[in-house]
Amino acid sequence: MKNNIAHDSAIKHAMGKAIFIDDMVEEKGTLHAYLGLSKIAHGEIINIDLSEVEKAKNIICILDASDIIGVNDISPMGLLDEPIFAQKKVEFYGQPIFAVIGKSRLAARKAAQLAKIKYKEHKAKININDALLAGGEEVTPPLTLERGNTEQSLQQSKYRLKGSIRIGGQEHFYLEGHIAYAIPKEENEMIIYSSTQHPSEVQQMVAKALNISTNEIVVINRRIGGGFGGKETQSNLFAVIAALAAKKTKRAVKIRPSREDDIISTGKRHDFLVNYDVGFAENGRINALKANFAARCGFSADLSGPVTDRTLFHADNCYYYPNVKLTSQPLKTNTVSNTAFRGFGGPQGMLAAERIIEEIAYKLNKDPLEIRKINFYGENERNITPYHQEITDNIIAKLVEELEISSNYKQRREEIIKFNKNNKLTRRGIALTPVKFGISFTATWYNQAGALVHIYRDGSIMLNHGGVEMGQGLHIKIAQIVAEQFSLDLDRIKISPTATDKIANSSATAASCGADLNGMAAKRAAKKIKKRLIEFAKKKFSCKKDDIKFINNEVIIGKQKLSFAQFINMAYLARVQLFDSGFYKTPNISWNRDKGEGNPFFYFAYGAAVSEVQIDLLTGESKIKRVDILHDVGNSLNENIDLGQIEGGFLQGLGWLTFEELYFDKKGRLITNSPATYKIPLASDIPEIFNVKMVDWSKNPAKTIKRSKAVGEPPFMLAISVLQAISMAIASIADYKICPRLNSPATAENIFMSIERLKSEI
Amino acid sequence: MEYKKSIKFILNEREVELSNFSPNLTLLDFMRLDRGMIGTKEGCNEGDCGACSVLIGKIKNGKIEYMSANSCICFVGTLNGTHIITIEYLQKINPPLHPIQKAIIDYHGSQCGFCTPGIIMSLYGLFLQNPKPSEENIKIALQGNLCRCTGYAPIIRAAISLSQNDALSDDRLKNHQSEIIKKLQIINSEKTIIIHNKEEESEEEEFIIPANLDDFAKIYLQKPHATILAGGTDIGVWVNVELKKLTPLIYIGHLNELKLLQKNSDNIIFGSIFSYTELNKYIKQYFPDLTDYWLQIGSAQIRNMGTIGGNIANGSPIADLAPVLIGLNASLILRKGNKRRKIRVEDFYLSHNKQDLSAGEFIENIIIPLLKKNEHISFYKISKRKYEDISTISAALKIEISKGKIINSIFAFGGMAAIPKRAKKAEKILLNQPICEDIFIKSAKQLEKDFTPISDVRASKQYRMRIAQNLIRKFYLELNNEK
Ligand SMILES: Cc1cc2nc3c(=O)[nH]c(=O)nc-3n(C[C@H](O)[C@H](O)[C@H](O)COP(=O)(O)OP(=O)(O)OC[C@H]3O[C@@H](n4cnc5c(N)ncnc54)[C@H](O)[C@@H]3O)c2cc1C
Ligand code: FES
Ligand code: FES
Repeated sequence: MKNNIAHDSAIKHAMGKAIFIDDMVEEKGTLHAYLGLSKIAHGEIINIDLSEVEKAKNIICILDASDIIGVNDISPMGLLDEPIFAQKKVEFYGQPIFAVIGKSRLAARKAAQLAKIKYKEHKAKININDALLAGGEEVTPPLTLERGNTEQSLQQSKYRLKGSIRIGGQEHFYLEGHIAYAIPKEENEMIIYSSTQHPSEVQQMVAKALNISTNEIVVINRRIGGGFGGKETQSNLFAVIAALAAKKTKRAVKIRPSREDDIISTGKRHDFLVNYDVGFAENGRINALKANFAARCGFSADLSGPVTDRTLFHADNCYYYPNVKLTSQPLKTNTVSNTAFRGFGGPQGMLAAERIIEEIAYKLNKDPLEIRKINFYGENERNITPYHQEITDNIIAKLVEELEISSNYKQRREEIIKFNKNNKLTRRGIALTPVKFGISFTATWYNQAGALVHIYRDGSIMLNHGGVEMGQGLHIKIAQIVAEQFSLDLDRIKISPTATDKIANSSATAASCGADLNGMAAKRAAKKIKKRLIEFAKKKFSCKKDDIKFINNEVIIGKQKLSFAQFINMAYLARVQLFDSGFYKTPNISWNRDKGEGNPFFYFAYGAAVSEVQIDLLTGESKIKRVDILHDVGNSLNENIDLGQIEGGFLQGLGWLTFEELYFDKKGRLITNSPATYKIPLASDIPEIFNVKMVDWSKNPAKTIKRSKAVGEPPFMLAISVLQAISMAIASIADYKICPRLNSPATAENIFMSIERLKSEI
Repeated sequence: MEYKKSIKFILNEREVELSNFSPNLTLLDFMRLDRGMIGTKEGCNEGDCGACSVLIGKIKNGKIEYMSANSCICFVGTLNGTHIITIEYLQKINPPLHPIQKAIIDYHGSQCGFCTPGIIMSLYGLFLQNPKPSEENIKIALQGNLCRCTGYAPIIRAAISLSQNDALSDDRLKNHQSEIIKKLQIINSEKTIIIHNKEEESEEEEFIIPANLDDFAKIYLQKPHATILAGGTDIGVWVNVELKKLTPLIYIGHLNELKLLQKNSDNIIFGSIFSYTELNKYIKQYFPDLTDYWLQIGSAQIRNMGTIGGNIANGSPIADLAPVLIGLNASLILRKGNKRRKIRVEDFYLSHNKQDLSAGEFIENIIIPLLKKNEHISFYKISKRKYEDISTISAALKIEISKGKIINSIFAFGGMAAIPKRAKKAEKILLNQPICEDIFIKSAKQLEKDFTPISDVRASKQYRMRIAQNLIRKFYLELNNEK
């Protein structure tokens, strides 16, 4: 593979020497905080008795809402709807009410269980149905995307179909759970190590809670053990509590919930109920679509606004809807506030789009792929999205064709249909589904980034930028960019921890934009220094710019050859500034939410996958026999890192769509609160045959760093092919004439019940 | 009684002697909090994620065998006379990377890196046992290691590359075995060990390691309120998740007398502390139909640690061995002091969480009748995720055929009632009937009279019932070799 460069921490990971926050040597006298959580989903607190908690062994003190010096709120949108500690009102099972500070984590954890809290319980809205029945209160204003005349076109369509799909949520299950470690310094100053994707937001939240200015707080992390969106806003709670506790006790305080409490008290992927009404022609081409996307948002807004917006932005996937009306319904429920998760609402929109395609195919008794192709956006016409952005970089038709041939889709589909005719107990299915994913934060102001490059006298470089390394290989990609500017070996470059005192107002490392934004910023910083170095060399050696070359750790000036270190030291002695910053903001994007119009995305990333599955008709169990992926990463910055994102994203998507199931009981308790009950994919769940390829002819037409494309989120949605393949296997029961309307996740039970339903419908 | 007051084990290259610790102290906490060994990670603290994996070396027949284990649910008291290998052991290797580490790096097997030390330890355990594992073996060895980032593909590629060239040919651990065995043999005590936790003098905090089976029987009779600790895979979860304080603990996992293995013409008899892994070989040999089911129990780590006796004694309605043993018509030898009695596994389960086990009594041996030629049995485990998951339902379905007719049947189910239970009405329909689909369908129908399953986090009651019925049908179809 080209540029076979490993993750910057690969060796440290493998040796057990990579330091995560819980691995840091603790400050003397470090204390430990533990959360006390609500035991009901909705109600009022009548009385809190913490006397037993306080009396417990090795306990220092209690922390509750009365200890909050500043504002009791961690709503990322500043909506005052998400208290740090619930005060009177409890809005979900697992909501933090207090924290207890002890000499050891175990002591604090055990003491927290001794709380006696009396509640007056209210009726709780647990799921989407409950919320709709209770009147459909929303946590944030909904969005409408509209183009053409949908009502009329629906009526005029030759065929019209209505249906709905239920889409389950997902727990992030980052392997390193939430953790924060606050160390008080002089006066108001405090350093907080936080496992977060958004150090700047943590910094602001802490400042707000402590009622001090932001410049007193430094938030740092070197790496986090997975995030997937689950540490975009959800880290705020833990960091703020650690900071409040550190303030109160004047000691360093660490907080790390148990896996169960982490799962119960932090948000997840939104579940959805999508109702659709589609009109189409004889050949399967969609004429009009009306769809409503109701989401379980939980008790507060958190990021539900932008998440459900992105659902609508991706409800077209790769398909042109001549007339369309899409609405979101961000519902309030008495459950934990749902949040960002890889794809950020996009996967749910796309899954609905693919369901609609399927409906049409089974209605017309055609191969769903045929319906997909006939509805693809055109390259120069039929290329306006429901949000009125013109798509100018569409490569999906070519990409799908290449995959269709390389995976031998047609022939395999025929063979499968034959297999299904001759098998009583098992059935197979195959599906090819495409992905188009819009890149940029839809909150336009987030599309900015900064970086710092320091060159020291020995020629070594310290690199810093606003992005967080959570496994995605961001740091190495950016180091590569800087190394290339000076033609240096990577070991000359040190990536320093992400810290809010280095880059101010950094955006969350999210929306797949980490490398696009920070990479560009780092390049600009390096270029500024390089320019100065060239100016210096020109004068010093009286030569032209073209005579100066940075090659292989050396600087060649005319006939002179200097090591980079020698050259740098020379520049230092000549008083050349050897450090600088770079800033980048994504050009050409805009978004008017009120109108539902704009160009929110800088470009699109594309991909497609073919999955083949087998199901057992007697039990509903499924297995994945083969998956072929062709994915577009533009001109890859690091193929191995990108491959890792594709394979890893796919498997995470597969878990979401098959056996990862969130189960809340009637009282709103999340029962799947541990790895014993919430099952994420294992090594044995990967497809028996797994072929992953990157498109080798794609270059990003948008001017991104080296014309690469973002890769963090898009591959997640390739797994939709698995659900659709299962659906085809089920559809075989009714000779592919009835759409199985398989909801997600396709657990064995769900598959089995769909089989039964189809049997009863023939 | 005269007893010793400390335990000794080897932690990587260092000998550790401990005499004062909480009986519920886990190896993971000991390493991370006491010793500052932070290479091993905590991902769940309940045996499910493998981030805390280490190898535990134990002497068996003069050799030392290293097995992967979850240090988060492994109590320190169980380590007397063992050799613990952690990721730190591989930090001292010359040249600085072990072949497994190098492969993981070369194949880009780490992203966030939090799972990586655990994955490397699991692979290390695998390669020590089997230098040329198949892709299947690799996936099985990794059943207990969650990775949320990589999708496992690069890790599997790395492991396959290792299996193709003798990766552990010059392994430091292998080269030092005789030396380590000598050291461990000296440690192994003839005396009972009792560890007190001096920080908690008010309470009776004890970890007891009996010297032999008779001592254990005696001590347990004197302290019937104590908790027997075998593999600790259930108890570890109670302590870490439910925050139970369990004391005194009496450890039995080292008692060789409980590793009896005998075979006569009718039965196979084995001691209660065999781990799933240790029995693997015999299962394959005597009950080949059970092989796949066996790999669906827990993960590699759990199968290395967990014992047969613990699974039976725990009495969970979804303990996977219960239907198996009922289906095989197995019995238990229970022992109390010096008194023994025999009880059929089927009769052992009384009601939810209540077993026929009196104070001071424990499971000594398990007796399984060998299958007769005319007996046919199948085992099924249905779970949300195929591997390393708790059963939604499990079943052992057996019939005995004579002259074309069914003369005996046992349909044992887990997950269908408050205890593992036979479907007697469904069984009865089959008696003296020929083997035809109709009769099995009729039998399946009877399940509605045998059971009223519940809905819970794993499945609805409807699904449970329908699948249980379909398993009976599947059993028939498989008997007839239909696909
Ligand atoms: C991650 C994970 C996955 C698991 N997966 C499965 C699974 O797939 N299927 C399944 O069935 N189980 C599973 N388990 C549960 C557990 O591993 C098994 O039940 C195991 O066999 C218990 O044995 P142990 O030796 O570890 O028991 P311990 O934890 O040591 O003891 C369990 C109970 O049995 C008692 N006990 C132990 N030995 C005896 C004896 N000889 N006489 C009397 N009482 C005794 C103990 O006092 C305790 O009450 C899983 C557990 C974990 C943590
Ligand atoms: S920490 Fe997850 S298995 Fe031990
Ligand atoms: S690399 Fe992140 S969990 Fe495996």
